[in-house]
This record gives sequence, structure tokens and C-alpha cells, in this order.
Amino acid sequence: QKVLVELKITFSQCSKNERNYKTTSRKYMRSPLSPEMATQEVQLNETLAHLKTESENLKSKLEEERAKLHDVELHQVAEKVEGLGQFIMKTRRTLKGHGNKVLCMDWCKDKRRIVSSSQDGKVIVWDAFTTNKEHAVTMPCTWVMACAYAPSGCAVACGGLDNKCSVYPLSLDKNENLAAKKKSVAMHTNYLSACSFTNSDMQILTSSGDGTCALWDVESGQLLQSFHGHAADVLCLDLAPSETGNTFVSGGCDKKANVWDMRSGQCIQSFETHESDINSVRYYPSGDAFASGSDDATCRLYDLRADREVAIYSKESIIFGVSSVDFSLSGRLLFGGYNDYTINVWDVLKGTRVSILFGHENRVSTLRVSPDGTAFCTGSWDHTLRIWA
Amino acid sequence: MTIRTARPDRVEHFRPHMHCLKKLEALVVEMQDPKTGVKGSEQKLNVTTIPHVITGKDIVAWITNKMKTTAEEANVVGTMLVAYGYIYPLQNHKKLVMCNDSSLYRFQTPYFWPSQKWVADDSDYAIYLAKRNIRKKGLLEPYEQVHYNHLHKWLNHKWDFIVMQATEQYRAGRERKKPDRVVFDCQERAYWILNRPPVSVYIVCFPVLPQNIFYQQAIMRSKVKSSVSLGALVKYVTTYKTHDPFLAPCLPSNPWQTDSDAYWTLNMRSVDLPTKMRVERWSFSLFELLTDLRGRDDFKIFLKKEFSGENLAFWEAAEELKWGTASSMKSKAETIFKTFLAPNAPRWINIDGRTMGLTVKGLEHPHRYVLDAAQTHVLLLMKKDTFFRYLKSPVYKDIQKKALNPDPAQLEQNAQNRSPGIHPIILWKQEEEEKAKAAAASAPVDVKAMMSKIDRK
Repeated sequence: QKVLVELKITFSQCSKNERNYKTTSRKYMRSPLSPEMATQEVQLNETLAHLKTESENLKSKLEEERAKLHDVELHQVAEKVEGLGQFIMKTRRTLKGHGNKVLCMDWCKDKRRIVSSSQDGKVIVWDAFTTNKEHAVTMPCTWVMACAYAPSGCAVACGGLDNKCSVYPLSLDKNENLAAKKKSVAMHTNYLSACSFTNSDMQILTSSGDGTCALWDVESGQLLQSFHGHAADVLCLDLAPSETGNTFVSGGCDKKANVWDMRSGQCIQSFETHESDINSVRYYPSGDAFASGSDDATCRLYDLRADREVAIYSKESIIFGVSSVDFSLSGRLLFGGYNDYTINVWDVLKGTRVSILFGHENRVSTLRVSPDGTAFCTGSWDHTLRIWA
Repeated sequence: MTIRTARPDRVEHFRPHMHCLKKLEALVVEMQDPKTGVKGSEQKLNVTTIPHVITGKDIVAWITNKMKTTAEEANVVGTMLVAYGYIYPLQNHKKLVMCNDSSLYRFQTPYFWPSQKWVADDSDYAIYLAKRNIRKKGLLEPYEQVHYNHLHKWLNHKWDFIVMQATEQYRAGRERKKPDRVVFDCQERAYWILNRPPVSVYIVCFPVLPQNIFYQQAIMRSKVKSSVSLGALVKYVTTYKTHDPFLAPCLPSNPWQTDSDAYWTLNMRSVDLPTKMRVERWSFSLFELLTDLRGRDDFKIFLKKEFSGENLAFWEAAEELKWGTASSMKSKAETIFKTFLAPNAPRWINIDGRTMGLTVKGLEHPHRYVLDAAQTHVLLLMKKDTFFRYLKSPVYKDIQKKALNPDPAQLEQNAQNRSPGIHPIILWKQEEEEKAKAAAASAPVDVKAMMSKIDRK
């Protein structure tokens, strides 16, 4: 009962679950119709019908083109691949210190430090290897849904219900008040759902409940590029690992996963096969594909070069949504954190589940593999983080 | 017109239905032919006399005759011309349809044609609405008021600039003759009705037009056969299998399992001798070699021997520009031009004339991605040629031989043994210092300054 009550309260607090996501500034007042306007309305409807038919035709043509190239399934190609052995993955560290639900975490490039954020507004930097807490910041808002470690290891970024993304430079002095040097970088018109530094400490990419993603210059707070195209809250994003580093993928409440060109702001590819909100997107290590996790209890793999979905990772026994996904270093394993408190490990090529991990006492809200692939970290609504290897 | 200069390339947005627009434009040009086109006349609108006004029925009749079709079909074509902004209605300006009667229309000036290369963005719309506010205070339509409030919030950081532009344009407009001003106002208004349509059109029509464009783009995008792309995914997994700590043991051990951070110490940024696994990974792709800074160092040793270090140096400088702060871009661009691109530059890169020309021109107004073309060219060169020569070179073979192969350690788990390692902030500071030293050492010597120093001594 206690768990249910808690869920009810948090549902009303978290605006992600509100269907009435559009802010008032997007609602338009209809002007009253006069009789002459009504006849013109009829002509306009005819134009619309014409456009809609064109839309249907184009859509089926696109499906036709995609089908022509669809000459083999992933599991067929994977038949020749060796099967995976048994896995022994255990919790190697448990990080206790948050006073409320852990919502997000990110690894430092040094492969051992992490930053985590929670519902009570606390952002903590840990040396996960020794389990020491190194820094703690209290944000002025609750529900810090996004946090990220800077590539240099010298700063962290975070944000949530304050609609902003702020950067805190870290210090070697444990007693220094980090909030004093805080820099407000991003400003959205709704909650911040995810943030990520690009290849340097100087730029941040954000996604928001206001339906947009944006790229910001950290030093000046200037908006460098905005990305419009989602029809609802954007919940997650991931930057492509290619040497050109110019694209990223985002997932939203509109069930779409969009791939964007950072330079032009254009959406270059879009996939809509999930049946519910997409909570997490992550690129395959080669950058030619990405995985998504959704409230529809499935993870899916999308091939960017073939421009289609190529695998669905699901089981009848898995009913609850996926909150977070990430790949192992080689891309052979896909780890998914689920709302039923478990972690499922999938064989990406063969499509089968190779392991199910228990340990958390509430939903797993965030999951990331370490930069060198030696472990993965999960954060949970049970207030703890766990390192698994 | 004082409105705006052409924006940088956003043509992708329009390319797919360019061929449709080209057809419409050809038609519109014919319609404006003084001898064989649609007959226009002067019409009085409110108080002002507007030239070159045409009636809906004349347009429909002309199209019917030209395309040898029925009036209904001609009407649809006419509506498309209005919907895409080539012809605009003078009365009922918000309803973008062709009426086969005495309704009045005008041809839109080519400056505002949709096939033009710039996109109607929010800043421009904000300027337009602000300008209307100056002229007729509080007389924006309800939907425009809503847009204006939204933009005022979203573009608040550049609102001073917007108000300044609006005031400038308003003043420039006052200096024109009244009939010209009225015509221009109508044209501008028509353009914005199309690009920021009011209520019913917005909600219903707007999602469909861009969506159709998106589908057309998606159809035209080159796709790869599943067997090819999936084969590549499988190949990647196979290549990296032995490097994945979840699939093959870490040597000497996985720090999380044994509490020993030897694995991290052996693989630090600036070790003398890397491990065999690390060196093997450099051979997987140029991306791996460049991403691992220790690998990049080894690559630089090879390039120095070949006297071709300028390509990698240019690539690194371009990366710094791309990911740097907005305020540093101008100075970085200047330095890059002087060092790599100017004639007789000390580290001149050899790229084809066309790319060089485009890059140098772009550097007149530097932006983050100004070096993209040149950088891609240089990267491809390194990827297709230099990288493979490196892998066959004595430099690489030497490091392969010398690389360490740690024995697997069966260490006892001991929480007390967990070493704190070096803090990333300390490592970062060290690296920045080394970078600064290296930059100072390789900076071109200012001979005059040196000579005057010697003279003074």
C-alpha cells in the first residue's frame, strides 16, 4: 500500500504524465465564423483533403521503398554468431546517501566517478570505486531529472523542474560552496528532461518538456541552435559517437525517436514504432544504430543506414516500462532498467534475454555503462545507486 | 528593401519539393506576361489606389485556357498558387484560397517566394510583429498577439535587437511613397499569413505540409540493404568481442570485481607503454586511434617522421573551433587561417582549390562550422591513406612489440585496498599546462621582437 500511495503522489507532481502538456501560449483562440467564412472553410477543407491524400500516398511509397531493401532479419544474420555463455553480474557497490528517489546519473571520463541527482533536489558527486561522496549540491528545485558530467571532469550540469540547466564547476576543496560559482546556461519553458555536454565543456545539449531540444554555449548562455519537431515532451537524448560528432537522437512522449543534425537544426530521420512514451535512447557504439526504451515495455533497435526498426526486445512476462537503456562496449549486450525494479540484459543480435538482475527495491530510473565498459551503474527510486560488474 | 540578408544554407528544408515550386513559378511568370498574361488593373483599396490587381475569375479563366481543363481543376491550381504564396488575396487576406469571382488578388514579389533560400524564422516574425505594434498600437489580431507574447518570452534575450530592427524598418517604410508602402505592406502581410498562419489553417494544415516535405525527403534519402547494414553491426560486435569487459576478462582484473585499480593505472592517458589490447584497438579505426589520446600521440610520432603533421594539427584546431566557446571563435578562426590556410602559411594544408576557396570565403564571417568542408577533406585523407600507412609503419610495429601484456591477477577483494587514484581536476590542469607549453614551443618565432631584445642587451 505504501508503494501505491507514493506512486500516486509522484504522478500528480511529475508533469510528464499530464496529457495537457501544451503551454497556454500554444493554444490559439478561434475567431468566430461568419457565413461567408463558412463557404471558404469548405474550399479550404477540400485543399486539406488533397494534402492529406498526398500524405497517405507518400507514406505508403516510403514504406514500399523501405520494404524493397529489407532483405534479411537481424536474427537471421546473427545465426552464424556464437551464443553467449552464462553471466555472473553482481552488485559490486551500493551508494547510499540520497534522501529520495534517484532520477539520473552520469559517469566521469575517469571511469570511476559519477554524478547523480534526485527528487529532493540534491546532486552528489561520488568516487564510486571507493564509495566516497566528494561533493554535494542542493538545487533550488525538486525533481532534478537531468545531470551530466563534463568531459574534462571539472564540472557537472543539472536541472529539472526549474526549467533550467545549470553548470557547477567542481573544486578540489571539499568545503567549498559549489553553489556560489553556479552558472545558469539553458532556459526552457518547461521542465528539463535530459542534458549532455558535447565534446567539450563549452557546449550543452538539452531536451525539455516544452517539446524542444536545444544547444547552448556554456560561457555566455547563448542559444546556439534549437530543434523543433516533437509534438510532445522530449524525454531523452544521446549524442552520436562518430568522429564528425554532428548528430544526436531524441525520444519523446509523442512515441517518436528523431535524429537531428546539430548544425542546421533539421530532423534528418524519424522513427515511430513504439506504442508509448520513449524514455531512453542510446546510440550503438558504432554510431550506425540506436536503441530505445519505452513505457510500452519494449526496447527496440533502429538501423540508421537501412532507415528502419530491426529488432524488438520484449517478453510476455515483462509488463512494466523501460526507463533507461545502454549498450556494453562491443554492442553485443543491451542493458535495460525497468519500472518493475529489475534489470534485463538482452543479446542484441539474437534478440533473446540473457539475464535478469534483482536488487533494487523500487523502480530503476537510470542506467549507464561506464566509459571503459567495465561496469554499469543503476539509480533507483529506492534512493540508492548500484554498480554492477 | 532593408529586411534581411540571405541566411546560411537551410536549403535542405525545401529541396524535395523544389521541382513542384519550379513548375508553379514558371506558371506565375507566364501569368504576369504583359501581352499574354492575366489582365490587371488599378483598384482602389480603402483610400489608396493599388496597381496590378487581378480578379479571381480572370485567373481561373486564364488557367482553364492555358491548361485546357475544367474550371474546377483550374480553381484547385489557383488555390495552390495562393497556398504556396505566389498570389495573395487583398480582401479576406487570411483565407488562402482562390475564389472564382470578382475577389481581388496580386502577384507576390519574388523576394517572398517560398523557393528562396532563407527560412521564415522566429526572429523575423518577431521583428514583423513588433513593427506592426509600433504602427498600430494594440491592433494585432488575437492569434498574432499570442504569437507575440510567446516570442517575447522565448526570444527575450535578443529583444533589444528585435525592437531596434523593427524601429529601423518602420522608419524606412515611412520614407516610401504611400502607394508603394501599401503594396509592400500587403506583400509582407501575405508572406506572414502563409508562414505563420492563423487558427484553423495552422492547426489543421500546418502539420500536413511539413510532414509531406519530410516524407519526400525520406523517400529520396539513400538507404542501404538490410543485409549490408546488419552485417556491419555483426562485424562490429565480432571485432570488439575480446575488448568488452562483460564478454572477456579484463587484464589484469576488473577493478570493480577485485578492488584493484591496476587496470586503470595501466591504461592512463600518458603511460610510456600502453597495453597490447589498447594498441590493438587503435588498429580498428582512425576514430579509435584519435579518440585515445595516447594513440593520437603515437600517430603524431609517425606523422612527424613523414613531415605531414599539419593535417592532424588542422583537424585538431578545427575541432577546437567547433566545440569552443562562442566568444573565442573569431580569434581561433584568424589563427587557423594564418597557420594553415593563408598563402605561404607555416603549416599550409594541401586541400583542393574549391574547398580552399569556400573555406577562405567562409572565414570572412566565421561561424562554428566554417571549417567543416576542409576538416572532412583532411579527415578522409587521413582515414583512407595515412591511417593504413601508419598501421604498416615501424612506429606502430614497434609499439606493438613493446606493449605490455599484464597477467591475470587473482586479487583478494579488499575494500581497504581501494586506491583513490588521481583526481580528474589535477589531471586536467596538468594537461592544460602541457598544451600551453607545446603551443608556446611551436609558435612561429617573432624575429623582430627577438632581434630588438638582442639589440637591447
